[in-house]
Amino acid sequence: MDLVLATGIQALSGIATLLLISLGLAIVFGMMRVINLAHGEFLMLGAYSAILAVQAGINLWVAMLVVAPLCVGLFGVVVERLVIRRLYGRMVDTMLATWGLSLALIGAVTMIFGNTVAGFSAPLGSVQIGAYSTSGYGLFLIAATMVLLAAVWAVLRFTPAGLIARGTMQNAGMAAALGVPTERVYALSFAAGAAVSGLAGALIAPMSGVVPTMGTAYIARSFITVITGGAAMLAGTSSAAGLLGSVNTLGTFVTTPVLGEVLMLAVAILLLRLLPQGITGRFFRRSL
Amino acid sequence: MEDRRTLLQAVLALLAGGVAAWWLPQVLELFAIINATVYVAMALLALSLALVWGFGGILCFGQAAFFGLGGYAYAVAALNLPDTTYAIPIALGVPMLAAAALGYVMFYGKVSDVYMGVITLTVTLILFNFINSTAGEEWRIGAAPLGGFNGIPSTPPLNMPGDPGTALTPEQIFVIAVACLAGCYAACKLILRSHFGRVVTAIRENELRAALLGYNVRLHKLAIFAIGGLMAGLAGMLFANCVFVSPTMFSLAYSGQVIIWVMVGGVGTLLGPIIGAMLLQALTAWAGTLPEVNPNLILGLVLVVAVLAIPRGLQPTMATLLRRRAP
Repeated sequence: MDLVLATGIQALSGIATLLLISLGLAIVFGMMRVINLAHGEFLMLGAYSAILAVQAGINLWVAMLVVAPLCVGLFGVVVERLVIRRLYGRMVDTMLATWGLSLALIGAVTMIFGNTVAGFSAPLGSVQIGAYSTSGYGLFLIAATMVLLAAVWAVLRFTPAGLIARGTMQNAGMAAALGVPTERVYALSFAAGAAVSGLAGALIAPMSGVVPTMGTAYIARSFITVITGGAAMLAGTSSAAGLLGSVNTLGTFVTTPVLGEVLMLAVAILLLRLLPQGITGRFFRRSL
Repeated sequence: MEDRRTLLQAVLALLAGGVAAWWLPQVLELFAIINATVYVAMALLALSLALVWGFGGILCFGQAAFFGLGGYAYAVAALNLPDTTYAIPIALGVPMLAAAALGYVMFYGKVSDVYMGVITLTVTLILFNFINSTAGEEWRIGAAPLGGFNGIPSTPPLNMPGDPGTALTPEQIFVIAVACLAGCYAACKLILRSHFGRVVTAIRENELRAALLGYNVRLHKLAIFAIGGLMAGLAGMLFANCVFVSPTMFSLAYSGQVIIWVMVGGVGTLLGPIIGAMLLQALTAWAGTLPEVNPNLILGLVLVVAVLAIPRGLQPTMATLLRRRAP
């Protein structure tokens, strides 16, 4: 019984991590159709801004939950202004430019902080489940992911801003004709996606360790999750994270972590062969 | 007329390769020769992507995967076989088959072009992670230890065909590399002029129209992708002959660099990517000597600026400029 519970928490934690790192990308790519290959580096910047804030004496929770998303969100505004704005509608060029951005960011951060692992230890100690113990931070991560998911959903579903954003993404010309400042909507949506990525990067930092190249470990996983999810960004990303996260945890449990990840990516590619439009191309079509 | 021009270009490329192969070994030091071989291998890798992306319209973010597979297939086969000449078909066949298998999943799965980039990227990352985790005695194929992060430093170089005792010198390997590059360039020119090549280009221009005209779109894409895989494998084999194989061959940095070379040189040209590869390799090597600057920063900025400022690439931009200058 305890083993089942402990394994279940392990699986949930894997799913939550996957969802967390993919959510920012779901906004930028799933909604805006901007392929941001610098997504992994946005996570990395979030982690570094949290570390710097902690070193500057700011409370750990404030650093993770406020400073990191703010910094990366602002950085997102700058990137949108300088690069992304010139390339809307040119998907391949966007992909190349953001890849260049990703390389440049890795290079710049390596120059500033060196190629060493930084980090802060996970707060909240450990929690006892029968004969097993699990980290309290892992449980917090699950809860935080659910809150974040609910918040993004609520903003998109119930607020005027969310309605305007969804309308602009669906038909920018029509939205502009109705007086919506579409350029600003795009800029803000990109910044929101960047901020969510920054928050995610700060949240996973205590579990993963922080190096300039940490983004490359996550970029493939988050893209494959969002793509497997398909058109409906929140329902799709959540269901894909649920499926792929379970496969990954099970694979890791039975074999090794590396083979677990290989298995997860293989399942994702197989799934795309069967459902080229992603999960929400066939199921939950009318959801958000 | 067109055909004669193509033939002329192919012959010129072979001639230029011949001159380089004859002249350079006489004036360069041994270290510079090995370095030049690396440059040629990289140019060949760029050429393979130039064919797949520029003419097949397939944006492959994982060309380095085939490069790495070629290198590893050569190293493993060369360590197991008595005569390393027999390793050559294996080094070409493995990446070609891998490209065919991946291409089957993508093209027959009707994955759209943007997703294709992400899938190829993912496959490269899987291979990178996998090869990186193969340290230890249990990971060996025959007599060849895979070596995990360290790669296979003991890769034997090519030997005289039929005479395993005589290994080729770096100069001879350089000549072979130049011959491969010139030969592949000529082959690409001829392929693109053939009926098959015209259909491939037509598919890039308008996939639906080509399909409605009765051409088998998926098969043509699969074939050009497999040819690209084979050429990348050849580049990997040459690389294995002058450096040695290690997981970095599969790394994102390599995949990224190839795309940057082709992008900067000019998508849709063959000569541009070769020039781009040589120029940017030199730039990276120079940046590596600067103590304060990380080469990734420079490469990344070059790519961003290239996309924003010269989206068509060096060769077409230069050609336009020259034509405008002329009366």
